[in-house]
Amino acid sequence: MTVRRTVATAHRVLRQLRHDPRTVALILAVPAVLMGLLAWILHGRAGDFNQFGPPLLGIFPLIVMFLVTSVATLRERTSGTLERLLTTPLSKADFVMGYALAFGLTAVIQGLVVSGLSFSLYGLHVSGSPWLVVVVAVADALLGTALGLSLSALASTEFQAVQFMPAFILPQLLLCGIIVPRSQLPPALHWLSDVLPMSYAVDATRQLSTSATVTSEFLLDIGVVAMFVVAALLLGAATLRRRTQ
Amino acid sequence: MEPAIRVEHLQVIRGGRTVVGDVSFTVPSGSLVGLLGPSGCGKTTLMRSLVGTQIVAGGSVELFGQPAGSPALRSQVGYVTQEPSVYSDLTVSENLRYFATVLAVPPTAAGRVIGEVGLGRHTDTVVGRLSGGEQARVSLATALLGSPRLLVLDEPTVGVDPLLRRDLWILFAALASSGTTLIVSSHVMEEAERCQRLLLMRDGQILADDSPEALLASTGSTDFESAFIALIESPPT
Repeated sequence: MTVRRTVATAHRVLRQLRHDPRTVALILAVPAVLMGLLAWILHGRAGDFNQFGPPLLGIFPLIVMFLVTSVATLRERTSGTLERLLTTPLSKADFVMGYALAFGLTAVIQGLVVSGLSFSLYGLHVSGSPWLVVVVAVADALLGTALGLSLSALASTEFQAVQFMPAFILPQLLLCGIIVPRSQLPPALHWLSDVLPMSYAVDATRQLSTSATVTSEFLLDIGVVAMFVVAALLLGAATLRRRTQ
Repeated sequence: MEPAIRVEHLQVIRGGRTVVGDVSFTVPSGSLVGLLGPSGCGKTTLMRSLVGTQIVAGGSVELFGQPAGSPALRSQVGYVTQEPSVYSDLTVSENLRYFATVLAVPPTAAGRVIGEVGLGRHTDTVVGRLSGGEQARVSLATALLGSPRLLVLDEPTVGVDPLLRRDLWILFAALASSGTTLIVSSHVMEEAERCQRLLLMRDGQILADDSPEALLASTGSTDFESAFIALIESPPT
């Protein structure tokens, strides 16, 4: 892996985004509009908004970045550019880290926009630091990117890739504790939710909602999310094949 | 001198079907070799085996004495696939500058190769807006960036107008005379006369491995189309 090739790959991915301003607008606007919608739905029920707002503030970017990355990497696979890159000195890590870097930067901007609007215009309130909410939102978006990179290897068409969202993300949404607290789930489902990354992302924001200081549980939760990001990126690199049938 | 390509008993099986069956040949450095044969005869699979992206069932492929696909070869081999494998949502120069960094060549190389493939007017055009033939040339330009020792070109002249096709063959000949080895595939038999050596392929087998002149003489033909037919109907024993 070389820094120069990784940065060049990130730069190239960002340039591709710049040629597609509508996608950039959607990445930045969709989570922000959805949070606004949630605030409106829960109008006059500030307690509910403060309960459901923070976890969804991370989950919306996760879903958006998962879809964008899945399709972007699938396009590299089907257009032959990935095969070409893998005949050059570019390493698999350069490729995966280039994407993570480019979409990570996008996620920072996205996280700042959606959090900024939520805490000002939508009136969201948490006990902890709003900046830590931004950190969790960015970590969630990175998780979406990393999962998209690794899972896109299982898809051979864009039709399949977009269906991985309902197949892999929606079950996590059901099990992450937003609908029913994880402790009240049937034992088998509780264990299942223990191995799913979104559960920890939601737990982290719950810590921020209720506690004014940085708790050790928060650090553990955000650490687990970071580990899932690293594991998914490693898996993503492992799915790249220089030789194929 | 060490040959640029040495293929011995190469066999590729895909989906239970033998796509390349027991193929052996060598290509000396600095030669311009045409790989000719009908669509579906195994040309692309053979080329993918050369660059090391194809899973092979048996035999060996060596480039400059090293097994195909080994890391040391990655900066020495340029490969152009049949479909243009460049980013259609980037401009010509953005594509080339990215690949220049990947190949660790100076960004000035981008300007040089744009000139070589005659795309000077389209430097800042988004690749997706170019015609099919122009996109193929962007893909070719990308392979020329690193001044590789071996160029593997899969049907680089498809959909290119006759004038430009002539210019590309002049470029290929110039590259060969400066020491680059080129293997160029085509399903158009007339392109055979542009090559120094021909590999004629059919149903995963090499039917002939000879110079264009010798091939015409041995089959008693005046054009390559009839030479090919003669080889199929009465294979040399």
